[in-house]
Amino acid sequence: MATDLSSSTSDDLGIGEYQYGFHDSTDNYTFKSRKGLDREIVEQISAMKKEPAWMRDFRLEAYDIFLSKPMPTWGGDLSHLNFQDIHYYMKASDRQEQSWDDVPDDIRKTYDRLGIPEAEKKYLAGVKAQYESEVVYGSLQEDLAKKGVVFTDTDSAIRDYPELVREHFGTVIPSFDNKFAALNSAVWSGGSFIYVPKGVEIEFPLQAYFRINSENMGQFERTLIIVDEGASVHYVEGCTAPTYSSESLHSAVVEIIVKRNARCRYTTIQNWSNNVYNLVTKRAMAYGNALMEWVDGNLGSQLTMKYPAIYLMEPGARGETLSIAFAGKGQHQDAGAKMVHCAPNTSSRIVSKSISKAGGRASYRGLVKVEPHATNCKSNVVCDALILDAESRSDTYPYIEIEQEHVAIEHEASVSKIAEEQLLYLMSRGLTEAEASAMIVTGFIEPLVKELPMEYAVEMNRLIELQMEGSVG
Amino acid sequence: MVASLKIQDLHVSVEGLPILRGVSLEVRQGEIHALMGPNGSGKSTLAYTLVGHPKYEITQGSIEIDGKPLNELDACERARLGLFLAFQYPIVIPGVKVADFLRHAITNIRNPDRKEGEGLIPMREFRKELKAMMDELGMDSEFARRYLNEGFSGGEKKRMEILQLAMLKPRFAVLDETDSGLDSDAVRVVSEGLRKLSGPQMGVLIITHHERLLEYNVPQFTHVMLAGKIVETGDASLARELHNEGYSKVRLRHPEEAAEEAARASGRSSEANRTAEPASV
Ligand SMILES: Nc1ncnc2c1ncn2[C@@H]1O[C@H](COP(=O)(O)OP(=O)(O)O)[C@@H](O)[C@H]1O
Ligand SMILES: [Mg+2]
Repeated sequence: MATDLSSSTSDDLGIGEYQYGFHDSTDNYTFKSRKGLDREIVEQISAMKKEPAWMRDFRLEAYDIFLSKPMPTWGGDLSHLNFQDIHYYMKASDRQEQSWDDVPDDIRKTYDRLGIPEAEKKYLAGVKAQYESEVVYGSLQEDLAKKGVVFTDTDSAIRDYPELVREHFGTVIPSFDNKFAALNSAVWSGGSFIYVPKGVEIEFPLQAYFRINSENMGQFERTLIIVDEGASVHYVEGCTAPTYSSESLHSAVVEIIVKRNARCRYTTIQNWSNNVYNLVTKRAMAYGNALMEWVDGNLGSQLTMKYPAIYLMEPGARGETLSIAFAGKGQHQDAGAKMVHCAPNTSSRIVSKSISKAGGRASYRGLVKVEPHATNCKSNVVCDALILDAESRSDTYPYIEIEQEHVAIEHEASVSKIAEEQLLYLMSRGLTEAEASAMIVTGFIEPLVKELPMEYAVEMNRLIELQMEGSVG
Repeated sequence: MVASLKIQDLHVSVEGLPILRGVSLEVRQGEIHALMGPNGSGKSTLAYTLVGHPKYEITQGSIEIDGKPLNELDACERARLGLFLAFQYPIVIPGVKVADFLRHAITNIRNPDRKEGEGLIPMREFRKELKAMMDELGMDSEFARRYLNEGFSGGEKKRMEILQLAMLKPRFAVLDETDSGLDSDAVRVVSEGLRKLSGPQMGVLIITHHERLLEYNVPQFTHVMLAGKIVETGDASLARELHNEGYSKVRLRHPEEAAEEAARASGRSSEANRTAEPASV
């Protein structure tokens, strides 16, 4: 359980010394752990990072939990996931070893089509470790620092804000929560740490995009966000461009604490390359009258299992999850949301849209839970699936657990195909069948896409167009 | 050179049921043709067939633009050859903004060789043009940001069709009851709009029951369809006559088609029985 932060003032946080700008390892040695996972690797990771003992112990304990937990048998097919065939830790400089020539053609083409700048392309493809953007956003960071906002990577946070991190780390998602949370807890690296002090409202979205380095968008990042009372923040991470990874497992943990009267929106767009298992645990706790919103877009990967959760801890807390999943050829998106009403007068809303195409499979898996004493709760769930061809598949697994009579829960689900009349209408205006289909799909997800920051919305739409091209006719 | 849209001996079936039974018609750029006929005679079937609706199967005959056969082309290819249909019942496309849709459409129509994914016409230029056109048609520019036909009234939908016609500037426009279901103000707007747009570069086929549209856009030719055939062709005075007197005289002059019409209406069509799926009548 999260504890109260009010005793930590910004002075305690050492804001004065805060080095804004991106964590950039000053050690120039290269290190790549050998493949596979054992106690020694976990210890090595901790040692490489020169972590305090509590973190090393946290990792080792998590490793034991990981071993003791069985593989989940629900959701997607994990039988081909081989934990011993993965590198669990790489230093930034290692990633440069990959050459641009090794990046698959289709991914390179997509970068071109999305008009991604050269430097960024190489970063996304794992060719270039650093994407220099601190300069541009430096003044912005300075402004944040003045207000006492901490925005750094989690490794640095352990060093620079040990108290604050230790107090909250692993409290929202304990290692024993599930096998992949345990795995992440044992081998995590990178991720973002954000602290927004009481009453501070950040107007613009904070973007991991601005300050990515190789560790930040690594395989096992760990993000912790604390929004203090009355504060607000919108955090955006990820990128619509396909993120090429030679490693096949991405397993992140995101923990968020939204204190009384605070607001947090967390937007993610992920588009992993087709070899990746994307198994992410995201959870937020929202306290009295707080608002937590997850906006989650999942494209790519071979299997995504992701169900952002919101625990509504105190009266008046609200939670909202908007998710979009696109399952193409050979892909299974098993995504959804989880809302747990732990207090009276809390409300939640889930809107999920999925598209499946070319044999892809999109599953909505959601849980709405109302605890016994949580009276007068409201929950509204809408999930719409669009299936583009006969080979593709969509399923809905809505779970509702209510231990309380005085609740209002609504659930609507629809499954549709593209109507012939819509295609004809658009094609009769000169659009090809693929363009017309893409436009219909884009319209289908528009209610969610319009919630994205502008540049993400534009990229998202272009990406859908790309996914639709050459798929028909 | 003046291009022409040429329909020859067109036979069309829907789900195995023959609807058109040998329609021939030629529309040249710059001409206005009216197509009239009682409900169910096959006017919309002709319109959908022209634009390439996959449900409408050509069993015999041909459609050509400038000697180029359209039979095997899809709706997109036909549109790029300059054919346009203002739909009797415009389709709602949820979540797609009018402006985004139109920008894409006119890019393709003006550059028929454009490949998927190539750039669209510049936003500024497009916006300016769209705004000017909406002003001219007396449309609120707020419509550009709305989702295509979603929540539009009948009149708004028809005006949206005219706006598309105006932006796409086709060589051949088919208007399927664009004036139906509108109040008289809306009919006037649509009629004036069409008059402004049509000209020597556009051949127009107007399907209508009403006079107003034809007052503003006087047809050189009026065709009457009955039970899937064009039974008479005349000039503007024929349209006036049909409007004033209805189709009873036409039926008397063409007893065979009138009988077929009656048979279709009661589901006992001799032709239908031969080829129809049992459930389709
Ligand atoms: N999509 C369709 N499915 C089934 N029957 C159709 C379809 N379209 C047209 N028809 C039939 O074809 C005949 C002609 O219809 P239509 O072309 O709409 O006539 P009009 O436009 O002249 O009123 C009618 O009997 C109608 O029921
Ligand atoms: Mg009709």
